[in-house]
Amino acid sequence: MSVPVRKFDAVIVGAGGAGLRAALQLSEAGLKTAVLSKVFPTRSHTVAAQGGVSASLGNSEPDHWHWHMYDTVKGSDWLGDQDAIEFMCREAPNVVVELEHFGMPFDRNADGTIYQRPFGGHMSNFGEKPVRRACAAADRTGHAMLHALYQRNVRANTQFFVEWMALDLVRDADGNVQGVVAMEMETSEIYVFQAKATLFATGGAGRIFASSTNAFINTGDGLGMAARAGIPLEDMEFWQFHPTGVAGAGVLITEGVRGEGGILRNSSGERFMERYAPNAKDLASRDVVSRAMVTEINEGRGCGPNKDHVLLDITHLDPEVIKSKLPGIREISIKFAGVDPIKAPIPVVPTCHYQMGGIPTNYRGEVVVDGNVVSGFYAAGEVACASVHGANRLGTNSLLDLLVFGKSSGNSMIDFIKTAPKDLPELAQADVERSVARVEALNTRAGGVEVNDARSAMQATMQKHCGVFRFKDMLADGVAKILEVEKLVQNMVIGDKSKTFNTARLEALEVENLIEVAKATMISANARTESRGAHVRDDAADTPQNPNGRDDENWLKHTLWYRAGNQLGYKPVTMKPLSVETIALKTRSY
Amino acid sequence: MDEVELKRIVWRSRRGLLELDLQLERFVAEDLPQLTEPELVLYRELLQYPDNDLLDYLNGRSECPNPRLWPIIARIRAAQR
Ligand SMILES: Cc1cc2nc3c(=O)[nH]c(=O)nc-3n(C[C@H](O)[C@H](O)[C@H](O)COP(=O)(O)OP(=O)(O)OC[C@H]3O[C@@H](n4cnc5c(N)ncnc54)[C@H](O)[C@@H]3O)c2cc1C
Repeated sequence: MSVPVRKFDAVIVGAGGAGLRAALQLSEAGLKTAVLSKVFPTRSHTVAAQGGVSASLGNSEPDHWHWHMYDTVKGSDWLGDQDAIEFMCREAPNVVVELEHFGMPFDRNADGTIYQRPFGGHMSNFGEKPVRRACAAADRTGHAMLHALYQRNVRANTQFFVEWMALDLVRDADGNVQGVVAMEMETSEIYVFQAKATLFATGGAGRIFASSTNAFINTGDGLGMAARAGIPLEDMEFWQFHPTGVAGAGVLITEGVRGEGGILRNSSGERFMERYAPNAKDLASRDVVSRAMVTEINEGRGCGPNKDHVLLDITHLDPEVIKSKLPGIREISIKFAGVDPIKAPIPVVPTCHYQMGGIPTNYRGEVVVDGNVVSGFYAAGEVACASVHGANRLGTNSLLDLLVFGKSSGNSMIDFIKTAPKDLPELAQADVERSVARVEALNTRAGGVEVNDARSAMQATMQKHCGVFRFKDMLADGVAKILEVEKLVQNMVIGDKSKTFNTARLEALEVENLIEVAKATMISANARTESRGAHVRDDAADTPQNPNGRDDENWLKHTLWYRAGNQLGYKPVTMKPLSVETIALKTRSY
Repeated sequence: MDEVELKRIVWRSRRGLLELDLQLERFVAEDLPQLTEPELVLYRELLQYPDNDLLDYLNGRSECPNPRLWPIIARIRAAQR
């Protein structure tokens, strides 16, 4: 067997915001840079981001990176690394202004400066009052960002390999990363992309859950590849959820619906929020509403044949109000739930939105395992865990993460490539052979589990056992169940064995990545017996000693899940920032 | 259109926005096999548009500047429940 090899200075897997920002750095430094993407770059999931990107520009009112840093540490429920958070918040104004110079059409103030709006969790003067920090390009911020970065990359001669899927990481006997194995979709030909430095910017894995706002493409390929190559995954128990996604579809129903008078009901039609939040009722905060919904479902008061969702009722509102104030919602509901909300309530369920954990890196984008940098390997964006989001991400901090760490990892790669020997070393074959064998197994297996069935089993297990609100026994069962699902995945069969654009095989390969993320999530969540940020357990309740169920004495640490033997390890949170004082532990309340 | 081209179209119906994935998945499963050659060419052309524009056309929030694509847009919209 011999797999053809293509050689570069740098190879980047992923052409979303993070990958494109890193590529630009490398190409503009004159390095030979390849970017691989499953889809055309500007159709990466970054296109979905509407809200904006945060930076303490202070264009509308006073702001400071230190305040932004405070908000981010607090938002992370103190699980974020304070060196990385300081780095990100200090860099924010630079990378946003840089993006403006790359041609990003930001909304503007009358005086020509970038217009900024408030966003949840962003405050002035160390948590005092909301501040305008989010910069947006109408409701197309992500789209505009991808366009600006893509155009600039084309100009800088970045080489794009579009409709290529990276399959596995290649490491030599000492663990140094040499590149990736990848498949050209059109022909199913497998190549090695060998490079001095390799970056993963493959985005998130929100598709592990049955209900997710993520596009189908978010299958955690980078996480799967890293895990198979022996790299641990950090803090995978932390996922952000939104309370109301359309059940079965995941499309978001904005909080505005409850603002206009929408009511949540269980199977007997009861307005259950009255029991959980007598004053705020349906307008209680996100986590309170999500928790109440899950409790209703778990206690058998869910709706539908599987009793797996609740109903959002706006039938009592004047149809004219619905049409004028909530036009998009009627459309979404008819399209994705099959109900006209003027006539019948909308089925909804808490829906996964964002992955806080990922491949462990430092703020330079270098992958760090057991305290050592993995030579030649970098990660940035949603796939990486720097960790700036800790246990909970603030809105608009993700696009910022892409820009800051895309750029910093690009710079680290440039430094590394400059000191590396001119010629690439001999390519280690073991990982290449394993990867080819993995694809071959799918090609030759006859009889087994359908890909859709394996995926659905995984998604249902994750949603039920490891959703927005977690229970001790359910998690313990969930660990056993997800390991059963893994066996289904190992036995997947595809009907189509053809060589051209074999989407069945691509999807099977994606599920092989998703299952690694699912295991990491379930096992890490089961072990963490506290509540922190987005990880909320019924058995870790609010007590005077552990407010909000957070147990700093035992759990102020990052989880590391290793694929081999499903081992867990832990490492301390970096509490020391780069230049300022530590932001001291406090109860997180708003 | 040969098989490779057809399969390429199926893959390109995967987008960066969930709302598009859901709508196009349904259309690809139910309607694509019945499309005539000229209709397939139009669908392929429609897929060239950026995700946000495409979503606006499918939701009727804005009109596609190319009237030749209106029938295929209408057809995708009709494929929805
Ligand atoms: C609905 C929605 C709205 C959001 N709004 C905001 C917001 O307003 N502000 C904010 O800050 N954040 C927002 N977020 C979060 C933010 O959009 C994402 O975290 C971010 O865009 C991820 O970017 P990325 O570059 O890491 O990855 P992505 O943009 O997901 O890109 C991943 C890239 O990797 C490629 N890829 C993946 N696997 C492979 C493989 N095996 N081989 C080759 N290529 C591969 C893909 O083709 C793609 O090019 C939102 C998220 C959602 C779901």
